[in-house]
Amino acid sequence: MPGKLKVKIVAGRHLPVMDRASDLTDAFVEVKFGNTTFKTDVYLKSLNPQWNSEWFKFEVDDEDLQDEPLQITVLDHDTYSANDAIGKVYIDIDPLLYSEAATVISGWFPIYDTIHGIRGEINVVVKVDLFNDLNRFRQSSCGVKFFCTTSIPKCYRAVIIHGFVEELVVNEDPEYQWIDRIRTPRASNEARQRLISLMSGELQRKIGLKVLEMRGNAVVGYLQCFDLEGESGLVVRAIGTACTLDKLSSPAAFLPACNSPSKEMKEIPFNEDPNPNTHSSGPSTPLKNQTYSFSPSKSYSRQSSSSDTDLSLTPKTGMGSGSAGKEGGPFKALLRQQTQSALEQRGGSPHRFCRRREFPFFTLTAFPPGFLVHVGGVVSARSVKLLDRIHNPAFVGIMGNTRSYKLLDWNSFNSDEPETRDAWWAEIRQEIKSHAKALGCHAVVGYSESTSICEEVCILSASGTAAVLNPRFLQDGTVEGCLEQRLEENLPTRCGFCHIPYDELNMPFPAHLTYCYNCRKQKVPDVLFTTIDLPTDATVIGKGCLIQARLCRLKKKAQAEANATAISNLLPFMEYEVHTQLMNKLKLKGMNALFGLRIQITVGENMLMGLASATGVYLAALPTPGGIQIAGKTPNDGSYEQHISHMQKKINDTIAKNKELYEISPPEISEEIIGSPIPEPRQRSRLLRSQSESSDEVTELDLSHGKKDAFVLEIDDTDAMEDVHSLLTDVPPPSGFYSCNTEIMPGINNWTSEIQMFTSVRVIRLSSLNLTNQALNKNFNDLCENLLKSLYFKLRSMIPCCLCHVNFTVSLPEDELIQVTVTAVAITFDKNQALQTTKTHVEKSLQRASTDNEELLQFPLELCSDSLSSHPLPPAKEHLESASSNSGIPAAQRATSVDYSSFADRCSSWIELIKLKAQTIRRGSIKTTVTVEKASPVGDGNFRNRSAPPCANSTVGVVKMTPLSFIPGAKITKYLGIINMFFIRETTSLREEGGVSGFLHAFIAEVFAMVRAHVAALGGNAVVSYIMKQCVFMENPNKNQAQCLINVSGDAVVFVRESDLEVVSTQQPTANCQSSCTEGEVTT
Amino acid sequence: MTSELDIFVGNTTLIDEDVYRLWLDGYSVTDAVALRVRSGILEQTGATAAVLQSDTMDHYRTFHMLERLLHAPPKLLHQLIFQIPPSRQALLIERYYAFDEAFVREVLGKKLSKGTKKDLDDISTKTGITLKSCRRQFDNFKRVFKVVEEMRGSLVDNIQQHFLLSDRLARDYAAIVFFANNRFETGKKKLQYLSFGDFAFCAELMIQNWTLGAVGEAPTVPDSQMDDMDMDLDKEFLQDLKELKVLVADKDLLDLHKSLVCTALRGKLGVFSEMEANFKNLSRGLVNVAAKLTHNKDVRDLFVDLVEKFVEPCRSDHWPLSDVRFFLNQYSASVHSLDGFRHQTLWDRYMGTLRGCLLRLYHD
Repeated sequence: MPGKLKVKIVAGRHLPVMDRASDLTDAFVEVKFGNTTFKTDVYLKSLNPQWNSEWFKFEVDDEDLQDEPLQITVLDHDTYSANDAIGKVYIDIDPLLYSEAATVISGWFPIYDTIHGIRGEINVVVKVDLFNDLNRFRQSSCGVKFFCTTSIPKCYRAVIIHGFVEELVVNEDPEYQWIDRIRTPRASNEARQRLISLMSGELQRKIGLKVLEMRGNAVVGYLQCFDLEGESGLVVRAIGTACTLDKLSSPAAFLPACNSPSKEMKEIPFNEDPNPNTHSSGPSTPLKNQTYSFSPSKSYSRQSSSSDTDLSLTPKTGMGSGSAGKEGGPFKALLRQQTQSALEQRGGSPHRFCRRREFPFFTLTAFPPGFLVHVGGVVSARSVKLLDRIHNPAFVGIMGNTRSYKLLDWNSFNSDEPETRDAWWAEIRQEIKSHAKALGCHAVVGYSESTSICEEVCILSASGTAAVLNPRFLQDGTVEGCLEQRLEENLPTRCGFCHIPYDELNMPFPAHLTYCYNCRKQKVPDVLFTTIDLPTDATVIGKGCLIQARLCRLKKKAQAEANATAISNLLPFMEYEVHTQLMNKLKLKGMNALFGLRIQITVGENMLMGLASATGVYLAALPTPGGIQIAGKTPNDGSYEQHISHMQKKINDTIAKNKELYEISPPEISEEIIGSPIPEPRQRSRLLRSQSESSDEVTELDLSHGKKDAFVLEIDDTDAMEDVHSLLTDVPPPSGFYSCNTEIMPGINNWTSEIQMFTSVRVIRLSSLNLTNQALNKNFNDLCENLLKSLYFKLRSMIPCCLCHVNFTVSLPEDELIQVTVTAVAITFDKNQALQTTKTHVEKSLQRASTDNEELLQFPLELCSDSLSSHPLPPAKEHLESASSNSGIPAAQRATSVDYSSFADRCSSWIELIKLKAQTIRRGSIKTTVTVEKASPVGDGNFRNRSAPPCANSTVGVVKMTPLSFIPGAKITKYLGIINMFFIRETTSLREEGGVSGFLHAFIAEVFAMVRAHVAALGGNAVVSYIMKQCVFMENPNKNQAQCLINVSGDAVVFVRESDLEVVSTQQPTANCQSSCTEGEVTT
Repeated sequence: MTSELDIFVGNTTLIDEDVYRLWLDGYSVTDAVALRVRSGILEQTGATAAVLQSDTMDHYRTFHMLERLLHAPPKLLHQLIFQIPPSRQALLIERYYAFDEAFVREVLGKKLSKGTKKDLDDISTKTGITLKSCRRQFDNFKRVFKVVEEMRGSLVDNIQQHFLLSDRLARDYAAIVFFANNRFETGKKKLQYLSFGDFAFCAELMIQNWTLGAVGEAPTVPDSQMDDMDMDLDKEFLQDLKELKVLVADKDLLDLHKSLVCTALRGKLGVFSEMEANFKNLSRGLVNVAAKLTHNKDVRDLFVDLVEKFVEPCRSDHWPLSDVRFFLNQYSASVHSLDGFRHQTLWDRYMGTLRGCLLRLYHD
C-alpha cells in the first residue's frame, strides 16, 4: 500500500532572533522524509514568517510511512556562512495511516532544539493518500491500531482478545559511536532522537505484522520502552495485547476488510520472529543467566516460586489433573482445560511450530466483564545479565575481561543482538509462565516488563498476575458456544475472581484458605496481591489507599561478574523484605488485598533500591485481616515488655485509626474491630462466632481461621525495631485527600471533571560518609514521604480530591544520587454524592445497580462514617456553595486560610459570568428529565447514555493529559492514534538556566507542550493513558552541563463533555464546564 | 541528605496568588517562606517548613520562566509551553503590571532613563519597596513607554492592545507615559500632598483636550499629521495660549471680568470678600500659566505653578471646595460675556481642562 505524503508549511511565529544586527531572522524550512528533502523559500527579516508553501509531495512505500518520522527543520539563511539551524519538529505520521483515526495533521508545533529548547512555533499541514494494497507479501502493517490504554478502549468492543505480542529492535547508540567525538552535541542528540523515532516506527510495524498474523486488528496495552545500554547499544522493545476490536457505534461489526489480512497471510513464514530458548547460545557462564525466584515462606504471599531449572520439566498433564480436584468441582477443571485449549489452539492452529513459545500473557489491567474468572496472585521473575559480553559469546572466551571488542565494527554484531535479547526475555517469560502454572493458572494478566541498567549490569524484570480467563474472548466463540453458555451461568460474578484457581490440597505455597465471605461456597485466600486494576464488579468495603514499600541495600562496588553475583545474591532478600513491608503496611491499614502492584528494583553503583507501590483495598469476599502482633525476644524483662506493649498499643491504635479513615467497616463485625483491634485469640473466636450466627455455616472453619490469622512480628534485633518504627512513621494523607496507583480509587465514584496531571522529580544527594542500610532506608523513605507531602500541599486547592495512578520511578543516576520521578493525576470528586453512581463508568454503574442489592445496604453505613469523620478544610455544604458562587462565600470561607487561589478553573472573569448565565438558562430545561431519571435509579445507565447530548461547550485548544484511560465527566468519542515521543535536552549553561531544577522544570514543561501540540494538531483535545516511561537525567555541575532524555507516550483522543445531568443539584460542574470552554481560548 | 533537584510541573500550570504577590513584591525565597510561615499556612495545612520551601521555590521558578512572556503579554496568550486558563492569564498580567502608589509618585514625570534607574536604590530605601520590585515597576513603565511611544491612535487603546491590561490599569499607564513624555514636575515638596490618582486624573483630561489627538478626533485635521498624537501636547494650541494674556494685560478687560464674576457670586460665596480681594492675583496666575506654556521648562512646572498660583492662595484663605467650584465655573463662564475678547474657543479648551484639574488638585 504505497502512499503519497503531502506536507505544507504555512507559517512560523515567535521565532528567535538569529541576526543580531537586525534583530530579525531570515527563516526557511527543510522538509525531509526518508531520503527526500524539500525546501521553502527564505522569508526575509521576520520573526513571524508566512511561507505558505506549495504542497510538498513524497511518494513512498507504506513501510517507510510507518517507520520514518517526518522531519521538519527550520533554519536561518545566511549568505556568507553556513545556515544556522533554529530547531526541528518530528511528526509521527502513523495516526494518518488507519482509517478511523485522524485524517489530517494540522496545527502549530513547537520548534524544538536539543540545546535551546523550544524556539518558536511552526504551522504545518500533513496529509496522506494511501493507495490500495496490491502486494500481499507486504512488510507493512498499516491499519493496525495501537493503544497505550491497558483496557479495552472506551468506544470499542473486544470481539477476540488474541494475546501477547512482543518485539524488540537493537541498534548501536549514536552517542557512543566514534563519530560522536567529532560532532557537536546537537548533531549527536538529533541523531539519537531520529534513530529512536525510526526504531519505534519499525517496532510498531513489526508488532503490527504479528497482530495481522493473529488476525487481530489492534494492539491494546501497548508498552514500548527503550534500554540505554551504553556502549553495548540501544534496545527498543515493546509488548502488547493483540485484539480484534469493533467500533461500538458501527452496527456492522466486522473486521475491517481492507486491513485484515487475507488467508494467505498465514503462509508467510515468521521471519522476524525471535528464536527463543536457544539455551546453548544464551548463557555462556552460569552467572549471566542467574535467574532466581523468590519463595515466600513466612508471609503468605501469592507469589509462586520455583527454581528456574525445573520449569520446562513441569509436566503439563500433571498440572491439569491436579487442578481437577474435588473442591472446585468439575466445572473448574473443565473451564481450565477449555481455556488452555483455547490458548494453545490460538497459538497452534496457523503455525504449529510456534506453539511452544506462545505466551498466554495479557498486558491489560482491566477487562470486559466476565473475562477474568479467577486470580491466582502475583508472579514475577528477575534476571541479572551482563551487557558487555552479549555481542558474541565466543569473544569473551578469547578476550577475557578486556573490552577491546568495542573497537570492532558494530555491524558485525548487530545481527546477533536481537536474538540474544530475545532469548533473555524468552527465558524470563518462560519462568513467569511456569509460575502461573504452579498457581493453577493458564494466563498472566496485567503483565509488564522492565529493566534497570547500571554500567554493564542489567536486571530484567517481568511481573504479572496469574489468572484463569474465560475462553469466550480468546477465540471466535462459535465452536463451543453452548458449552460456554452453561459455564457462564455457573460463574459467580462478583467474588469469583477471588476464588483460588489452584488446588487446595496441592497448594504451591503455604497459604491460608477460608470460604469466600461473599458466596460461602468457594475457597479464598486471606490476602490477595495482583498487578491489575480492581475489577469493576468487585465488592469493596470502604476506600482504598496507596501502599508503598521502600527499601535500600548497600552493595560493594564491583566489576562485571562479581557485581552481577553480588546483585543476584541481594535480590531475593530485597524482594522478601519488600514483600514483608507490603504485607505489614496492608495489615496496618486493615485491608486484605493489593491491586496494581508494581515492584521496581533499581541497580546503582553501590546500592540497590526497591520500591513497591500498590493500592490496598478491603475486598468483601476475603476474610478480615488480623492485626499485627509484636513479640519480643526476652519476654521476662519488665521494661522491655513495657516497651513492646507500648508499641503494640500504638500499632493497634494506628489500625483502628486507618479503619476509620478509609471507612472500612465490614458489615458484621465492625464495632468490635474498631473497639479492640487486638486479635486476642479468645476474643477473636467469640467475635467470629457471633458472625457465624448470622450466616449459619462453617463455624469450624472460621474458628480455625481466627486462631491463625494474627500476623506476628518478632522484634529480635534493632533492624526489626527500625522496621516497626518505619511502619508507624508513614503519615496518612491530609483529610480530603486520597491516593492510589490504580486507575480509580476504589470506593469513590462521584468524580467531578477537574483534573490536573503532573510530574514531579526529586533528586537527593546522600552524604557519602558512613552510609548504613538504616540511614539509607530512612533517607529514601523521607524522600518519598516528603514528595507525597509536597504534592498534597501543592494540590490543596483541589480538595476533596484523589491522586490517581500515582506512578513512582526510582533511578540512581550516580553514586550518591537518588532520583524519584512521580507522575499522577489529581481528580476532584464530590463529597456530597456518595450515592450517585459514576457517570464515567456507565458499565460499572449498570452492573452495580443490577447485581449489588447487598451493596446498596452498605452504602448508608459508608455515608454514616463519612459524615462523622471530620473534614475541617472544606465542610461539605460550604464547598457546595463556594462552587456555586465564586465571589462572596469562598472568600469568607477562606478568610482564615490566606485566600488561596481557588483553583484556576473556578476563577470567574466577567466573560465567564455571562457564559455561565447562558448555561444555567439552558440547564433549566433539562431539569425535568433529571427528576425522571432519579425516580428510576436502576438501569439509568442506558438512559443516561442516550439522553446525553454532545455538550456544545466541548473544549478546543486546551489539551488535557491524564495517565488514566478515561476523562471524568466526559465521553471519549474517538481515538486518534498513539503518541510516542522521545526528546533529548542538553545544556552547557546549566547555571544560567536556573541550575538543575530550572533546566529540568523547563524541559518537562516543554515536553508537555509538545505532546499537547501534537494532539491538538491531530484534532484531539486530550491524551489518555499518558505515561512518562523514562526520564534519564545526568548532570555535571563542574562543567556547567546537564543532559536529560524523556520518553512519553499516550493515546490522543477526542472527548466531549457529558452534560452533567445527574449533578444538577450543584452548580459546580457548570462552573467547570464553563471554565473549560473558556480555556479553549488559551492556545489557538 | 540534601535536595539537589526538586520540581513539580503540572499540565495546567499551578499559580498560587499569594506566592505570586510575594514574588512581585520582590521577596527572596527565604523571606517569602518566612512570610508564608507567619501567615499560619503550616497550621492550616499541616505542612512542614521544608514543604513550604520546596513549594515556594517551585512557584518562583515558574514565575521566573513566565516573566519573559509577561514582558509581551500577547505572547503569553499564544505560547504553548504553559497551559494556563485565560482568567489566570489575565490575573498574571494585571498583577505583573500593577504598581505601588508610593513608587509611582517617585518616578512620575521623570525621564524613564538609565539615570533614573540608578536612583531606584534611593527610592527603594525611601519607600520601603524592595529594589527588585522597584526595578520591575520601573521596567514596566519603560517597556510600555517604548512600545507605545511611536504609535498612532489612542494611547489607552494602544496600551490595552499591546499589554492586555484592564481598562483602569491601561488608563493609569497612559497617565504615566504622558507624564514621562512631558516630564511634568511632580516631586517638589509642595506637590507632595497630591496622589497619583490626582495626577492621573489631570493627565486624562489633558490627553483628552490638549493633545494633537484631541483635535485629531475632529475631522478637520488630516490623518497623516497625527504622529504621537496622544503623547505630546498640541504645540499650536500652546502657542495660541499667548493670546489669552490680554485678559490680564488689558486693565479694562480684567476689571470687567472681575465685576462680572463678583456680581454673579455675590452672596453665594462664603469667602466672597477674600475672593474679591484676590481676584486679580488669581486671574493673573491662571492666565500667566497659560501664556508661559510655550516654553518646555514652564510646561514641566505646570503643576507647581498651578499649586503656587491658585491652590495655595485659596487654601490659605480657607476656601471650601464648593466655593472654588463656584468661582472657577463663574470665572470661566464670564469670559463669554467679555465683548472685547475673541478667543472664546481657545479659552474653553484651556479653562475647561484646567478647571477640572484645579478642582482635583484642591485638597489638603
